[in-house]
Formats: sequence, structure tokens, C-alpha cells
Amino acid sequence: MASAATRAGRIRSGLYTYSSLAPFIFFALFPFYFMLVTSFKSNAELYNLKSIPFWIQTGAITDHYSLLFFKTDFFIWMKNSLIISVVATAVSLLISILAGYSLARLRFAGVGAFGTAVFITYLVPPTLLFLPLSQVVVWLGISDSIWALIVTYPTFLVPFSTWLLMGYFRTIPKEVEECALVDGATRMQTLWRIVLPMAVPGIVCAALFGFTLTWNEFIYALTFVSQSASKTAVVGVTADLIRGDIYYWGSLMAGAVLASVPIVIIYVIFLDYYVSGLTAGAVKG
Amino acid sequence: MAVGPRVLEAAGLSQPGRLNRLREWWEQEHVFGYGLILPALLLLACLVAYPFGMAIYFSLSDYWVGSPGRFIGFENYRALLSNEVFRQTVQNSFVFTIIAVVLKTVLGIWLAMLMVRTMKLKRLVRGAVLLPWVIPTALSTLAWWWMFDSLYSVVNWTAIRLGIMSVPGPNWLGQASYAMAAVITVNVWRGLPFFAITVLAGLVSIPREFYEAAEVDGASSWGRFRYVTLPLLKPVIAVVVLFSTIFTFTDFNIVYVLTRGGPMNTTHLFATLAYQVGLNGGNLGQGAAISLFLFPMLAAVIFYQLRYVRQE
Repeated sequence: MASAATRAGRIRSGLYTYSSLAPFIFFALFPFYFMLVTSFKSNAELYNLKSIPFWIQTGAITDHYSLLFFKTDFFIWMKNSLIISVVATAVSLLISILAGYSLARLRFAGVGAFGTAVFITYLVPPTLLFLPLSQVVVWLGISDSIWALIVTYPTFLVPFSTWLLMGYFRTIPKEVEECALVDGATRMQTLWRIVLPMAVPGIVCAALFGFTLTWNEFIYALTFVSQSASKTAVVGVTADLIRGDIYYWGSLMAGAVLASVPIVIIYVIFLDYYVSGLTAGAVKG
Repeated sequence: MAVGPRVLEAAGLSQPGRLNRLREWWEQEHVFGYGLILPALLLLACLVAYPFGMAIYFSLSDYWVGSPGRFIGFENYRALLSNEVFRQTVQNSFVFTIIAVVLKTVLGIWLAMLMVRTMKLKRLVRGAVLLPWVIPTALSTLAWWWMFDSLYSVVNWTAIRLGIMSVPGPNWLGQASYAMAAVITVNVWRGLPFFAITVLAGLVSIPREFYEAAEVDGASSWGRFRYVTLPLLKPVIAVVVLFSTIFTFTDFNIVYVLTRGGPMNTTHLFATLAYQVGLNGGNLGQGAAISLFLFPMLAAVIFYQLRYVRQE
């Protein structure tokens, strides 16, 4: 009797939980669903006020994707995004591993002040610096090329990854390093062979966030690059598919879907890293 | 006593060469420590600190694209403070930030409290909830733009069919307060996952015994929330709110894609106005002054954040 009552209670509470969650999930996912539906809908149906907007009634078409592939530089934008994200993330990661280890583990004068400086730059938003940086990029002679972004993206990636990695390095027991040093390993060997392998989850996490942040970055990519051949996927889709007053809604949505695909794939595989990185970045920070 | 070369020879060791001495020097903790942070420090000095200094200089000059300006003191700031559009922007920024952060906090705590109860579908629910935060904001905002279209808005279509709105429904992005509501909606949509997931991590770390003790004392579910959950979540919520305040206040993507600051500048934020004046208009001096107005807010938040981190 008692167990039946608790079971009924559990079912009722589960029902309550999931029915309360449903509106949140709907709110979170609907824009993506609508994006997808719109990208496969014919223009005739898209611009018919009498048709139901939620699904496709007159058959799915791929014309919007063809326009994207053959009438725009979409593949070039995707290639640019990939190069920029991979290179900027790799360089930033290397710099951040060194700095993060130093700030988390070594003792020297001013280490606390440097840690604070990294934290402050972590909080400086790109919107504060984009105007002077646009001039720096011109002076360096790299404006309007993907180098403008490869050089400037580490400005927000390095503080972020350093801060994240400092937290991970602190969790590694100090005795392990001390043993290696006593055994005659140099400090660099200790870092690369002993500490790094133990910090792999943190490094994966920093790499994932680095890739996501650079792929998604908007204001620098919009400001520093104006020729189509150097644009990133996000800016290319947002800016080049609107010509005058004509909006290619189908192709805009198709571009938004495809340019999100790399992030979605990584996200699905590494979901748990995203969850842990998000909480670590904020709570430890 | 110093160890001379003869002692080393006697011990079977060769005289330390230049390379060895360099290595020894490098192996010292402080040298190694400074060496490792040097690349990061150089980068941040050249591409964050220096541009920040430039921004201050720009803001004190009449610098236009292509013509190095001269020093004009606080003229840009004075001009801005008496400028109608700028005043509107200040007001917009506060309305936008306060409403969006409050909504994200309340909904985020609520969502986290629901998520902590999910057992079987935990991973799926988290994956769905976090998605808006991961997808490029500029791209997902395109979808919202289409959903708020003046003629084909799916929001209006649904509301009209449900009898909530009368035909034709509001022109979301064309009317002042509706445009602000739209921009806030998208910001809440995109920022909610950050709140929910972080608060969830805080909730999970609360020991079960606390709730059991409260239950024994006869606390209602509201009482448990008010006197157990909320006080224990306070540190987490404080950090998330401070973070989110910075990133909401300095937001650019959503407004740029959705409204470009319109209609009639009623949704302009500091960042979008700085972009319009500094880059589209070419007035770098005044643009820099606009973005520097973000700084006092930023400094205040950093101050509280640092004080909080120190307390930890």
C-alpha cells in the first residue's frame, strides 16, 4: 500500500516536473526548429499569409541551399572560420597553458597581481576595445584579412583559458611535481610530461570553449573585415545575404543552419565538458 | 662556502659551461615563473592595455578615420551628454540590462529547480536548455528576426489564431516599446542557459540533510526554498548576476542584427551606438568616448567581483 502511494506520488511529481519544463524546452528549441523549417520551404509558401508557418505543406525544397552554395562565398566563409578558429584557439591555448601553470603553481613576486590582471582582462568585453583595435589592425597592415582576426581573438581567449586552466592546475596534487623535480626532471619536462597529462580534461574544455567563442565571434569579424573573401561564416551569412531591401529569408535560414553545424556536432559529442566549463568559468571565477 | 671547479672535477663533474649556467638560471622558480607568463603578458599589454589607452586618447581628440585628430579635452564627452540620441541610449541600456537580468535570474532559478528534479532525461534536458547559449548568437538572432517579421511574424500568427491579439498584431521591430521587448526576449532566451546551468551546479552541491532537517522542523516547500535554498545559493547567484550584468550591458550582437538600434534609436545600446558613430560615421573620437562610458559600470562590477573572489 505504502509503496503504491509513494510510486503514485513519484509519478505525479515527475509529471509535474516535465510538464513545467516543457515551456522552457519549447522556448529554447523553437527558433532552431523554425530556422530549419524555413530553410526548406518554397518561397510561394513562405510568403503566403494563409499557410500554416509551423511545417512544410507543399513539399521540401533545397533551392535556398543551392543559392547559398552557388551564388555566395559560403564555402570560403566556412573555410575562413575553420582556419581562424583552429589557429587562434591553438595559439591561445599554448600561451594560456604556460601562464595558467605559472600563476597557479609557482611562487614569485607579483604572482597575485598578475592573476588579478588576467581576471580583469577576462571581464573586459570586446565591445569596449573594437574601435582602437580596428586602428591597430590597420597599422599592422593586416586589416581586411583573416590575420586580423587570428591576431585579435587571443585577446579574449587567453584571459579566459588562463583563468579556466588555473583552476584545473590547482586540483593536481603538488607532490607529483615535487617527485619529478627531485628525480632530476627539469621544470619544463615536469610541466609537459607530468602536469599536462593530468590536466587533459581542463585543456579539452578550454579548447572547446575557445573554438566555440571564436567561431561565434561577431563584432571583431564584422569590424575588421569587409571584403567577402575574408569573412567568417557568421558575418558572411548575416551581412551578405541581405541585399538592399530584399531579404532572402530561406537562404538566410539555410546559412544560419549550416554555419551552426560544426558547433552543434562538437556540442553533442562534448556536452558534459560544456556544462562543467560553464560552471567552472563562472563559479571559480 | 662556494663550490669551486676543482671540487666538481674531483667529484667527476665537468666544469659548468655557459649552457649549464643558463639552464640553472632558468630552473629557478621565479625566473621560470616570469618566463611562462611573458607571452601572455606581452599579448595583453599590446592588444588590450595599449588599445585601452588609445581609446582614452581617441575620446579626448577629434580623431576621424584617416585624419589623426588633435587634443580637444573633454569636448566629446560634453557633446555626448547634451546629445538626445546618447541620452536615449543611456536610458535604453539601463532598461535593457535591468529587465533582462532580473528575468534571467528569476527564470534561471526556476528552471534550475525544475532541472534538478529530472532523473532519467537529465542529459537530454541539459543539452536542450544549453543549446541557445552555444549556437552563434548572430545566427540565432536571424531566426528571431524572421519570427518578428512585420508581415509574416509567426508570433503574431499564433497569437491571432489563439485570439490573444487582434489582426494584424504589433509590428515588433517597428514600434518603440515592442522593439525593446523583442530585444530583451532574445537576450533572455540566449542568457537563460548560463543562469540555469550555473545555479543548477549550486543546487546539486547543497547537502540533502539540510532539507531533511527543515522538513522535520515543519518547513513548507516555500519555507525550504526561502530559508535553505536561497541563502545557500546566494554566492553563486551573486557571481552569475555580476557576470551577466557586464555581458548584457555591453551587448552588441542581438541589437545589431535585430533592430540596428531602431526604431528612432529606441533600442540603441552603448556598443551599437559606438559602432554607428565610430565606424559607420567615421567619428572615432566620439565613438571611443561612447564605449568608454561602459567603463564605470565595468569597473564597479570588477570591484565587487574581485572583493568576492578574495572572500572565497
